[in-house]
Amino acid sequence: MSERFVEQVGQLARRSVVRTARQPANIVFPLVFPLLLLAVNSSGLQSATHLPGFPTDSYLAFALAVPFMQGALFATMNAGTDLARDIQTGFLNRLALTPMRGVALLAGQLGGVMAMTAVQAAVWIIAGLILGVHFAAGAGGIAVIFVFSLLIGLGFGALGAFLALRTGSGEAVQGMFPVFFVFLFISSMAMPRNLIEIKWFQTAATLNPVSYLIEGIRSLIVIGWDAEALALGFGTALLIAAIAVSLATFSLRTRLTRS
Amino acid sequence: MADEHGIVATGLVREYKKGPRAVDGIDLVVHPGEIYGFLGPNGAGKSTTVHMLTTLLPPTAGTATVAGYDIVREGPQVRAAIGAALQEAALDPLLTGREHLRLQTTLQGIPRSERARRGELLLERVGLSQAADRKVRGYSGGMKRRLDLALALVHSPQILFLDEPTTGLDVQSRSALWEEVRRLATDDGVTVFLTTQYLEEADVLANRVGIIDHGRIVAEGTPAQLKADVGRPTVEVVPTDSEEKERAAAILARFGEPCVAVQGVAVRLRTSDADLAEIVRALDAESLKVENLQLHQPSLDDVFLAKTGRSLEGAGEEEEEPELALEPA
Repeated sequence: MSERFVEQVGQLARRSVVRTARQPANIVFPLVFPLLLLAVNSSGLQSATHLPGFPTDSYLAFALAVPFMQGALFATMNAGTDLARDIQTGFLNRLALTPMRGVALLAGQLGGVMAMTAVQAAVWIIAGLILGVHFAAGAGGIAVIFVFSLLIGLGFGALGAFLALRTGSGEAVQGMFPVFFVFLFISSMAMPRNLIEIKWFQTAATLNPVSYLIEGIRSLIVIGWDAEALALGFGTALLIAAIAVSLATFSLRTRLTRS
Repeated sequence: MADEHGIVATGLVREYKKGPRAVDGIDLVVHPGEIYGFLGPNGAGKSTTVHMLTTLLPPTAGTATVAGYDIVREGPQVRAAIGAALQEAALDPLLTGREHLRLQTTLQGIPRSERARRGELLLERVGLSQAADRKVRGYSGGMKRRLDLALALVHSPQILFLDEPTTGLDVQSRSALWEEVRRLATDDGVTVFLTTQYLEEADVLANRVGIIDHGRIVAEGTPAQLKADVGRPTVEVVPTDSEEKERAAAILARFGEPCVAVQGVAVRLRTSDADLAEIVRALDAESLKVENLQLHQPSLDDVFLAKTGRSLEGAGEEEEEPELALEPA
């Protein structure tokens, strides 16, 4: 990897972070909204912990994994709409006329998304610790959650970039937001899959990759070191990241039609 | 025909699937150090041509070299030799002017030690030093255009493409930009390919003008040549008493053949260097009181009218250039 390439990625990532930092709504809502949902759910659904087989007696600890996913969804939207705006304003053409390598643009954009994901992950972890959540896997588990969050941010950020590059429209990217939220709601975010009584819901949650991402993080908070949950979680996150980055790279190549 | 340091296009075509032939076989040569004005209405194919010449859009047919490099086979070399300020200043409203230059100098591979100095120099040159740390969303249209130009010059390009650089600007900003473009060509020897829909801009700024309509170049030459080809000046007389129009027409007929007048009566002069004083003396000798007398030199609009049968003003309202994202045929 040449020094020039690293510099290009660094500048583009810096731009991505600066852009986000200068739009307070892009920071505040992705932090406040998941925290609010966490507060509402953990107080309203605490009684669910009395169900036989529920893995913990703290619904807050159980639900703490969900903000990581919600943060990833916001990352998708932000990465996608920023890139779509670059296409619409012609900024992408300006970049295309430089000797910049296309992959540097994607890496820079995703680097910025991951930086924001890191901030979000730190906020969720600190919020959990302040609210008295005991992380069953200890400090090592917290570090793994952090890495896991970055991987999820990478995958979903690349998904947003792919949508933007494919459609060239910020509206189209934002239009996908409710669809992603449906995926979140039909997952195991509110209840362990084995305790979901409605059959179709349980099947949908089992087929839904988001369930495995949540369960991977959740296992480190409420169970400890659960190899199966971690393998499924990391495997799913890696698969999503690999597919999304490949799609985004291919779409970027098509979008940058320069000869 | 080959010109290693300018622009040479031969039979350049861009056709869109389910769309029109946006560019329909363009042949042109732009010499080094020249300001070439590409004049035409909206939708004529100007921007599509620029996108092809800057390697952003592959041509459907034809060939072109820019700075001696083939636009299809030698894209990276072409891009290294050119700067471009495309239609609508492509800037990030959330970044400052200085941050734009930092990004652009890095992406253009300017050595780290030179970046800041180069950025300062360009900001000063386009008169944005004071506003360098303000976010671009607070810039006026003229400031955005000037920053756009500075960004295009970061790597000292041999050839500069400016796609409608003054559209939407006030007269003062337009004049400032013209002055800078002229300076770039005369002092720095930069070849400038400038598209415009403004007759005055092409007339004042360009050494040579290519007039494009429906994807084809319909006329090419220096502004003076083009106007001379179209014809001679016209003189229009508006008598104080409108009943005197016939008498005024009879006097004017001594100097040329009648033509369409806006208000009074008019003739196209027999020679391009006719003496207006003679006409005034003839009118005076006949005691004809005149409210208004005007000499109209042929304009580039007359050239456009002569070549296409339409006036350039409003000609582009019929059709816009297709989206560049459309799939090629």
